[in-house]
Amino acid sequence: MSRRVLLIEDEPNIIEAIRFLLTRDGWDVNTHSDGTNAVEVVQEAKPDLVILDMMLPGRSGMDILRDLREIVELAGLPVLMLTARGQSRDRDMAEKAGVSRFMTKPFSNTEVLTAVRDLVAQASRS
Amino acid sequence: MASLNLLLSVCFCYVILLFLVAFVADRLAARGRSTWLRSPLIYTLSLSIYCTAWTFYGAVGYAARSGLEFVTIYLGPTLVMIGWWWGLRKLVRIGRSHRVTSIADLLSSRYGKSNTLAIGVTILAVIGVTPYISLQLQSITLSFSIFADADPGSDDRVGATVIWVAAGLAVFAILFGTRNLDANERHHGVVMAIAIEAVVKLVALLAVGVFVVWQVSGGVAATMARIDASEIGQWQVDGGRWASITFLAAAAFVCLPRMFQVMVVENDDERHLRTAAWAFPLYLLLMSLFVVPIAAIGLELMPTGANPDLFVLTIPLSQGREGLAMLSFLGGFSSATSMVIVAAMALSTMVSNQIVMPIWLSSQTQQASQSGDVRKIVLLSRRVSIGAIMLLGVAYYEMSGGGAALASIGLISFAGIAQILPALVGGLFWRGATRLGAIAGLSVGFGIWMFSLLLPGLGSGLLPQHVMEQGLFGIAALRPHALFSITGMDPIEHCVLWSLTLNTLAFFIVSVASFPNPVERLQGAQFVNVFEHSAGPRGWTGSVAQSEDLMVMTQRILGTQDARDLFQREAALQGEYGHLPEPTPEFLERLERQLAGSVGAATAHAMIGQIVGGSSVSVQDLLAVADESAQMLEYSSQLEVQSEELSRTARKLREANEKLTQISLQKDTFLSQVSHELRTPMTSIRAFSEILRDASDLDEADKRKYATIIHDEALRLTRLLNDLLDLSVLESGQVSLNMRPGNVKDVLDHSIVSALAGADGSLDVIRDEDSERIPLYSDLDRLAQVFINLITNALKYCDAEQPDLRIMARTEENTVIVDMVDNGSGIPAEAQAMVFEKFARVSAEKAGGAGLGLAICREIMQRLGGDVVYLPGEAGAGFRVTLPTKGENAG
Repeated sequence: MSRRVLLIEDEPNIIEAIRFLLTRDGWDVNTHSDGTNAVEVVQEAKPDLVILDMMLPGRSGMDILRDLREIVELAGLPVLMLTARGQSRDRDMAEKAGVSRFMTKPFSNTEVLTAVRDLVAQASRS
Repeated sequence: MASLNLLLSVCFCYVILLFLVAFVADRLAARGRSTWLRSPLIYTLSLSIYCTAWTFYGAVGYAARSGLEFVTIYLGPTLVMIGWWWGLRKLVRIGRSHRVTSIADLLSSRYGKSNTLAIGVTILAVIGVTPYISLQLQSITLSFSIFADADPGSDDRVGATVIWVAAGLAVFAILFGTRNLDANERHHGVVMAIAIEAVVKLVALLAVGVFVVWQVSGGVAATMARIDASEIGQWQVDGGRWASITFLAAAAFVCLPRMFQVMVVENDDERHLRTAAWAFPLYLLLMSLFVVPIAAIGLELMPTGANPDLFVLTIPLSQGREGLAMLSFLGGFSSATSMVIVAAMALSTMVSNQIVMPIWLSSQTQQASQSGDVRKIVLLSRRVSIGAIMLLGVAYYEMSGGGAALASIGLISFAGIAQILPALVGGLFWRGATRLGAIAGLSVGFGIWMFSLLLPGLGSGLLPQHVMEQGLFGIAALRPHALFSITGMDPIEHCVLWSLTLNTLAFFIVSVASFPNPVERLQGAQFVNVFEHSAGPRGWTGSVAQSEDLMVMTQRILGTQDARDLFQREAALQGEYGHLPEPTPEFLERLERQLAGSVGAATAHAMIGQIVGGSSVSVQDLLAVADESAQMLEYSSQLEVQSEELSRTARKLREANEKLTQISLQKDTFLSQVSHELRTPMTSIRAFSEILRDASDLDEADKRKYATIIHDEALRLTRLLNDLLDLSVLESGQVSLNMRPGNVKDVLDHSIVSALAGADGSLDVIRDEDSERIPLYSDLDRLAQVFINLITNALKYCDAEQPDLRIMARTEENTVIVDMVDNGSGIPAEAQAMVFEKFARVSAEKAGGAGLGLAICREIMQRLGGDVVYLPGEAGAGFRVTLPTKGENAG
């Protein structure tokens, strides 16, 4: 069983931290940091889970999420969304758009790790 | 006595001459050759009826008694003519455009056609002017008596002169003042005659003056010496009395019925006022030129006890110059007669129009609708009024015995007439003035004048002695000459002060407290804004009933479509083909009802009446129209005001709301941007500190690497917080600038060193240090902050292989211009506009800044009175900093 995570994030230090965490937990981590072609990258990579930052250069994470949910073969793909804008409206919008988990930065490492494990487990069960 | 007989014949001839002049002038006017009759010169001369026998004889007497004070009588009108001619112009314009016949008519018309007010003013005028008329009669008698060398009472011929003179003047006034009922009430004959008389009195007085100065006294120098020696040169000037008499004379000049008659009613052309504004003061100056010399020489020459009022006559007589004395007599005679004639005419018009005619009209029912009838009645009532006024004057003369000095009666009369002034001036310039206010002011002023000046002045007997000494009802505060217990004032000054002050106060307070009726308001608006209104009424021409005219009118009121529909419907009803019905009574009635819905019943009736011409439009109709339109205007203007206010409020609310929304939007965006900028480094810090804490198997290199990240991100946080604080201080304007003198080069030196110190990359700074030696006065630290920021940006963002930054400095008209251009690829055009916005980042790559740097730079430069802008069209990214050399703080 493949354990692949696609991390879409533009902040180098955060990329490094998450990659470190997940790699240590046995995940295969691919990263991408441009919003413009993020959807195509997901389609191509077909990861088990996408970690998606809300504010990306080129295109917002919210738009990318909406597009992903339109794509039939990606149905059931868990998307963990991260945001640094502490607005509750964003959470509502993201949930409406079909986000699997919504997390506000700064997050705790354990939290991210648990969420990734749970979401992938849920997805593989269903 | 031969001289008396001669005098009588000369006098008779003179009167005949006046009759002839008046007759010829009237004839010429009737033939339409009145242009030269109505020149500005004639107008100016006719104004000279201000100078009555009181000024002709009395001025010398006045000067002999009270020194230079007589000048005040001339000063008042002079000030009015020169300083208030625009006010007079307004008066004349109103008088002409409203066909005003007298001052009573003017006030009544202004205050909503109030009859009460008209009657009040008329009574006031009669009471005020009658003593004045008898004063003129007295002066004629006195001057006769000088020639008769006898006491006025003892010689029958002289005693009877009063009656004869009065009768003669009455005949003249009736003949030329009430010959016909001219629509514009102008009397060419009378005006021409008084113009001639004006010349005669001026020539006479100048002749006597020249005679006295050069013949009797022996030249100007000698006369001046004599004046200095006499008492006249030493009299004290009483400031309060001077001011009040000058004011009185000015007020009387405007308010006296006879002055109103010649100035407003007889005025032919508004522009004549322009000439009179300088010519009349000149006339007054000439009239007063020789008064002091004549008085001084007279006091010296004549025996003590001689009446100084008659010096003008007695000096030539005493020198044996009978011819000159006769000329002087004619001068005095002219002064007296012209005043009496015009005053009688003016008063009779007032009495007849304001008192007699209303009574007569209300006693008649409706039979008097033929206009010929009314004309006869009006003329008759005027003629009778003239006779009655003359009789009143004679009666007053007989009663008072001719004792009082001429000048004091004149002043008492002036003070009475001056009570009209507040209501008059208020009516011309203040729309808020009301009928009740005018009545209140006039009554108060009139009452005080009667009590404090007229009754005490008429001699003993009219007011009991105990009232004079202890006050009315024994109240000390009500003593006629010491009202409210203020004593020690001259009676004239005292009366003028109290009567006019309380008059004005009552007028103002009652006006403010009362509410004008519609006609009053309409008239008030027309009077106050006469210069906008006086285009003249535009009437319907042709009185034949015409459906087309009716159609045009109806269209204006109902609108084109509605009017057309209505007329077509009516035409169809009548079986007519087309859209114009016959103007049958039934149709007219329905049309009137239809129009009444829009413009009011009275207006609709009057309008249709005008076009159809069947029924005449009465004054009542017109008044009702005015009433209706005033109400409608009022109502619609109220509505307009209300809706305007509402929409204004709504607009304000909308604007405020938009602004708030915008501010709140900006605030939200800013907060979420700040949140993002804070949370991002915090995320790294938290993640790596947790890694350091939890992962025990890290090697030293990783540990060091992660600790460095934490350290850098913490610094980034600090920088961000500093920038935020800096920006907020700059934006709120609370920043205190440390202005000091310096040099652009020094600032740049310092900035470059600071920016490049510890920088990772390399940047070649190209400068021309000579051109940078520009002295300036500014906050040098803040300026350096801006330079450092720009240099640092070049360091971070310049993508050239060998990055360099060219710095060029120069001055242009007290402005320092510093351009910084790098050799990178620059900023894309679409992003140039927003580089100065907060948190704006152009490129995706991180450079450690929070995106506030340029926003701060712009704030700083604007505080320093300059600016920083992007410089498009350069090879790389270019910024231009401008600031004043002499730091004017813009903030």
